[in-house]
Amino acid sequence: MDNKVLKNEEKAVFTLRSLYKKYGYLPFKMSKFEEYDLYVRNKDFLVSERVITFNDTNGRLLALKPDVTLSIIKNTVDEAGCKQKVYYNENVYRVSGSTHEFKEIMQTGIECIGDIALYDIYEVLSLGAMSLNEISSDFAIDVSHMGVLKSILDEASDNEVFKKEITSLISEKNSHEATALCEKYQIEEKYKNKILSLVTAYGNMADVIKKLDPVCENEQSKKALCELRALCALLEKTEFKDKIKLDFSVVNDMNYYNGIVFKGFLNGISEGVLSGGQYDTLMQRMGRKSGAVGFAIYLDLLEYLQSTKSEYDVDVLLIYSEKTDTLSLVNSINSYIEKGICVSAQKSIPAKLRYKKIVYLDKEGC
Amino acid sequence: MLNVALPKGRLGEKVYAMFEKAGYECPSIKENNRKLIFENEEKQVRYFWVKPSDVSIYVERGAADIGVAGKDILLEYSPDIYELLDLDMGKCRMAVAGKKDFYDDNTRTLKVATKFVNIAKNHYASKCRDIDIIKLNGSIEIAPILGLSDVIVDIVETGTTLKENDLEVIETIVPISARLIANKSSFKFKTKEIENVVESMKAQVKSND
Repeated sequence: MDNKVLKNEEKAVFTLRSLYKKYGYLPFKMSKFEEYDLYVRNKDFLVSERVITFNDTNGRLLALKPDVTLSIIKNTVDEAGCKQKVYYNENVYRVSGSTHEFKEIMQTGIECIGDIALYDIYEVLSLGAMSLNEISSDFAIDVSHMGVLKSILDEASDNEVFKKEITSLISEKNSHEATALCEKYQIEEKYKNKILSLVTAYGNMADVIKKLDPVCENEQSKKALCELRALCALLEKTEFKDKIKLDFSVVNDMNYYNGIVFKGFLNGISEGVLSGGQYDTLMQRMGRKSGAVGFAIYLDLLEYLQSTKSEYDVDVLLIYSEKTDTLSLVNSINSYIEKGICVSAQKSIPAKLRYKKIVYLDKEGC
Repeated sequence: MLNVALPKGRLGEKVYAMFEKAGYECPSIKENNRKLIFENEEKQVRYFWVKPSDVSIYVERGAADIGVAGKDILLEYSPDIYELLDLDMGKCRMAVAGKKDFYDDNTRTLKVATKFVNIAKNHYASKCRDIDIIKLNGSIEIAPILGLSDVIVDIVETGTTLKENDLEVIETIVPISARLIANKSSFKFKTKEIENVVESMKAQVKSND
């Protein structure tokens, strides 16, 4: 197939689909609409709270899907020992942060739901890296662990307002205001320093884990760090080890995410194109016993990736007239196409068409 | 190449001097002309002058890797960026001001004139006070005098403008200063350059203390 025909995002859909299939992920196709109720109950999980709603023919309130994960969880079986791996490629409808208007967002991703073990987390994270690598080799993935963050904040204070504010400052890498906030809430020096070390922790996974060793003292954070260490050991063996960094500014809602969370970037695109993590807490909130991990890639952002722009819209502009014999027109078009030359047959020269060469089929007619 | 958005004006010039000290000089910037973009190929840096309230947009959208913006703008627009350093310059405060004899008895909706709609809304929402926002783009101080609003929410530097218009500060909402901000994606791909700038700037801020 002519590769130039496909746009970045279309190419990505095809290559990613075959990648996920290789690892045993099955396609998941869902309806465009979902009952609004599903989103009301998990409002904070959505990237934006606003949802496009409408009444269906029997009066039920439906919504145009703002999210895929909730629908997938709803439709999976919850049985001990069973694990489902799915991939999807869907459009979702959300309010965009910069324009405050509804936008259609093309999203592709995978979810692994069931009895989650270290391997599954590794598999999803490395599939995330492989996905970005398929699109552009100039990518970066930042990994964080909500367990580390949560336990360190829990031991510092039980004030929910403080935890919320400090989490948002950590996501901004804002150490000066984090210091001020800790002082305002009279957080003990020892805990303040721990929090600040999270704000500035960034870099090679193994190095950051070493730095965090003295910070993670309680049971919960030690366990989380252990998980990170095990994951790091596995990732060290992959070709992507230099592209995956530890960064606690990757923060997802603690009411839903409990373990590893990650975000992926492509050089040249100003915002994250991949976002994922382990969301056992969301599963529990939806009455499920098992765990889950997954990610989504925002394909519409790939439009911003530079692709080679062609100088011409068509190779040949073929001008014919009323008098031209249609059969000879058909023959001459076919002869171009057989040679792999793209041709546009027109009666007159279109105003905006860029062409390499112009051919008059019927000299007298023009 | 590190792209830096600087706020036009005195603050921007001071900030550029800090970048210069950090080893990212660009002599052409000092030429007196109307150019807005300046580049130093050797130091791999490009500066551009933009309207101060637009710096966060350039950085959030990735046209600039880093930039310097006032905390007022960051609070008002909440861009999705990293706020890496408080430069401790351009200091002022966001405050509520009103006529000297104004007393808020909480019995009716408070009329608030401001350029900073979101900051004003958040401030009063945190106190559960019902307000009527009047968005103005300049000369905010005359709103209470003409009876357009009860109070204003605005930046107060020395308080001279307020005093000359018979207004006074009722309460301070938040202290403001210039902040070094970075695009989240650029930070991943130009980590070393950005960290170098932050480190050097940090040392300069400290030595100014």
